[in-house]
Amino acid sequence: MTIAPRKPPAQFALRLKRALGGKAGWNGLAAQLAFAAVLAWIAYEIVANARANLETQHIASGFGFLKYNAGFDVSQSLISYTNSDTYWRVFFVGLLNTLVVSVIGIFFATIIGFVVALCRLSPNWLLSRIGGIYVEAIRNLPLLFQILFWYLAVLAALPAPRQSISIFSTFFLNNRGLIVPRPISEPGLDPFLAMLAIGILAALGVRRYARQALFQRGQLIRIWPYVLGLVVGLPLIAMLIFGRPMTFEVPQLKGFNFAGGARIIPEFVALTVALSTYTAAFIAEIVRAGILSVHKGQMEAGSSLGLSRGTTLRLIVVPQAMRVIVPPLTNQYLNLTKNSSLAVGIGYPDLVSVFAGTAVSQTGQAIEIIAMTMGVYLLLSLTTSAIMSIYGWRINRSLGT
Amino acid sequence: MTDLAAPTFVRQDLVPERPTPVRTTGFLGFVRTRLLNSPGNILLTILALLLLWYVVVPAIRFTLVDAVWTGKDRTACLAEKAGHEVGACWPYIQAKLSQLMYGFYPEAQRWRVNLTFLLGAVLLVPLLVPRLPAKGLNSGLFFFAFPVVAFFLLRGGGFAGFGVSWAAGLLQLFEQSISGAGQALVNVSQTSAIGPLLWLLGKLIVLIGLMIQWLIFPLTWLRDQLQASSQPVWIDFLLTAVIVSAVLFVLGGGVRTGRRALVGSLVTFAGIAAIIRLMGLDRGGFALVDTRLWGGLLVTLVIAITGIVASMPIGIALALGRRSTIPLIRIFSITFIEFWRGVPLITVLFFATYMLPLFVPSNFTVDGLLRALIGVALFTGAYMAEVIRGGLAAVPRGQAEAASALGLSWWKTTSLIVLPQALRFVIPGIVGSFISLFKDTSLVSIVALFDLLGSLRASFSDPNWTTPTTAFTGFAFAGILYFAFCFGMSRYSLFVERRLNAHRRN
Repeated sequence: MTIAPRKPPAQFALRLKRALGGKAGWNGLAAQLAFAAVLAWIAYEIVANARANLETQHIASGFGFLKYNAGFDVSQSLISYTNSDTYWRVFFVGLLNTLVVSVIGIFFATIIGFVVALCRLSPNWLLSRIGGIYVEAIRNLPLLFQILFWYLAVLAALPAPRQSISIFSTFFLNNRGLIVPRPISEPGLDPFLAMLAIGILAALGVRRYARQALFQRGQLIRIWPYVLGLVVGLPLIAMLIFGRPMTFEVPQLKGFNFAGGARIIPEFVALTVALSTYTAAFIAEIVRAGILSVHKGQMEAGSSLGLSRGTTLRLIVVPQAMRVIVPPLTNQYLNLTKNSSLAVGIGYPDLVSVFAGTAVSQTGQAIEIIAMTMGVYLLLSLTTSAIMSIYGWRINRSLGT
Repeated sequence: MTDLAAPTFVRQDLVPERPTPVRTTGFLGFVRTRLLNSPGNILLTILALLLLWYVVVPAIRFTLVDAVWTGKDRTACLAEKAGHEVGACWPYIQAKLSQLMYGFYPEAQRWRVNLTFLLGAVLLVPLLVPRLPAKGLNSGLFFFAFPVVAFFLLRGGGFAGFGVSWAAGLLQLFEQSISGAGQALVNVSQTSAIGPLLWLLGKLIVLIGLMIQWLIFPLTWLRDQLQASSQPVWIDFLLTAVIVSAVLFVLGGGVRTGRRALVGSLVTFAGIAAIIRLMGLDRGGFALVDTRLWGGLLVTLVIAITGIVASMPIGIALALGRRSTIPLIRIFSITFIEFWRGVPLITVLFFATYMLPLFVPSNFTVDGLLRALIGVALFTGAYMAEVIRGGLAAVPRGQAEAASALGLSWWKTTSLIVLPQALRFVIPGIVGSFISLFKDTSLVSIVALFDLLGSLRASFSDPNWTTPTTAFTGFAFAGILYFAFCFGMSRYSLFVERRLNAHRRN
């Protein structure tokens, strides 16, 4: 006697129930409907109130204001800006200022963070203690406190331009900011940059080829002479043919102020110093945790294979530590970018300061402007987290889990 | 076997004693092994000592040796007057201390602030010591009773009604809003392509509003009667107590098992009555102090504690929502969390300051401090949700499965089995969020609230105290204060973490 396999019951209803209400089934659907009704009601309340309030306060709505003249000055801008430019341009000026302070902050924060992490991991007791004190002191003070400290106390206590602190007679630090040599582009700049780009691309190609050769044929190619030649040699040749790419105009003290050179405003200096030292404390902890997370046996296994200490570190320890370090490190970079909005506290013209601050008080169109500002930050963080999840997915795939 | 070769050499004397090994214990050994064991390390040690010398010595000189300790105004802290290089100007802190602590809170009323601080400390300390009993009662008092009492203590004022009046007022507002929405839809329908549909929907909503109006009619009638009586608060209070206690009694299982719920409810109401009586809330309470007068450490603590207390329920709800399988609730939770986590706090504060007043009816005015509090609560709630989600994920699946095997509903499984364990796991995480919230409260000084940092900054502009070292002194003082709070909390969180992981230690 054979037993025919039982037919699975039709599951359309079940599937539909799952799709609509999750595990809770029809109850879930009902909860969703009630929730949607509540959300709709709140949305209606917000829209109706906002409309009524805007009408009574005579505030225009819509994004038309972006084409109007802003009529205020901005103390630092990377693109040309005058007070007869539009709000749209103000938005870009602010955005660029945010990005430039973030990028420079990230650069210094990474360096300081790695140095402090190495200090903390050092076998030297005193040095590791100093690293620990740095991390504890910085992490337990509010960032705005540190920004204001640098701006109101340290930078304000610097001498006047005539008594500037001079560094190699090219950089001058005083209470009006940091005076640095100004680069002036020469005709040789374009070929120089082009050659540099070509050199870097070619070097990447060579590296790719060498890795392929290593993995497929087991052939070890020493690439660093080629890379050096491509990245340094090509631009050098361009420089020899077309002349120097740029010259530097060194600042000179004339009367009460400096002539020549470029002035970096004190707000920028204070913000960069505070952001990079603050974030560095967090980065140091991340790097330290990452390196400690690699098992001791890995290092020992490397040396038992006959690899030198440097090679073991480079090929075995660092790649495994990086896997742990990179996601939280990106998170810190993102935090630094978001924290750069504290610029508004000292009047550095970043996105929040000029756009969500000055522009809101001039136009009164808070809804549009603050939504745009939030949108920018949201876009930045969503993009970063998307990239990070791709990275995590690739790491997991390469580990075969 | 016996004829072994004769030994050719037998050592006659003892091997000479080797020198004692280099000590690796004790202070000298420590210095040898950890500081001076290689040339590179010697160099590093010297560099570190130099660094310490150039940082620690000037810091001590500034705060203690060269500091000025007494004086009436700025002249005491000038180098010409003091006769030596001047460090910290502590008289300036003495003069500004009340401003840094209370802001412009009226001098005669400051005992209220002190009382609030004292009350908070008395309730908080037993909560933090794990060995002390009655954590449930204690946290109930701290998280529910204390905020209300603190609100009426700090702000002053009382109320004109109680539960029945409030419920009636809220429901009436809701009903008006629903009817308004329906009416708006009906109005729109005249110009829209799908007019009849909108008209029908609008009329339906108006009908619902009308039904709600009938349903709540007894309540509003009761409220009007109460307000007309001579003792509105107390009659209202008694009515509320009777209604709530009766409902709890029935829900708790009636005559058989409901006695516990009934007693608990009655005791709670008795406590509330005592507080109302003691603070005279039925007779207008204390004198009103506008929140614009608040400042200093008071505002910092108010924002930090309100933020953490308000963010807990938001965080729990969002974390559960994010783990839910119901699509709309999950999507909403994810969007909400990622939105607030993706934007900087300062834009959230701008949102709360400039946009929020536009979103509420024009006859409501939202107080400046309250706006900041709402922004902070939403922002912290999103972060708290992620912390709590981590704790929920750490509870083994078997716990929830065992609970459903026992026949517990989702609500009971969550509230009795999963959440208590999850919350235990995340205590260090919550303390961590509290530390960052405490630091972030300094941002409210940007939206014109005077917290500790804002008051400090405001005090710099006092011409009576402008000296070259005023700013450094102020920052030193505020820095020590911030550091003491944050460092203390982080140590506490480490302590709790170690205690929680005690069973894993080997």
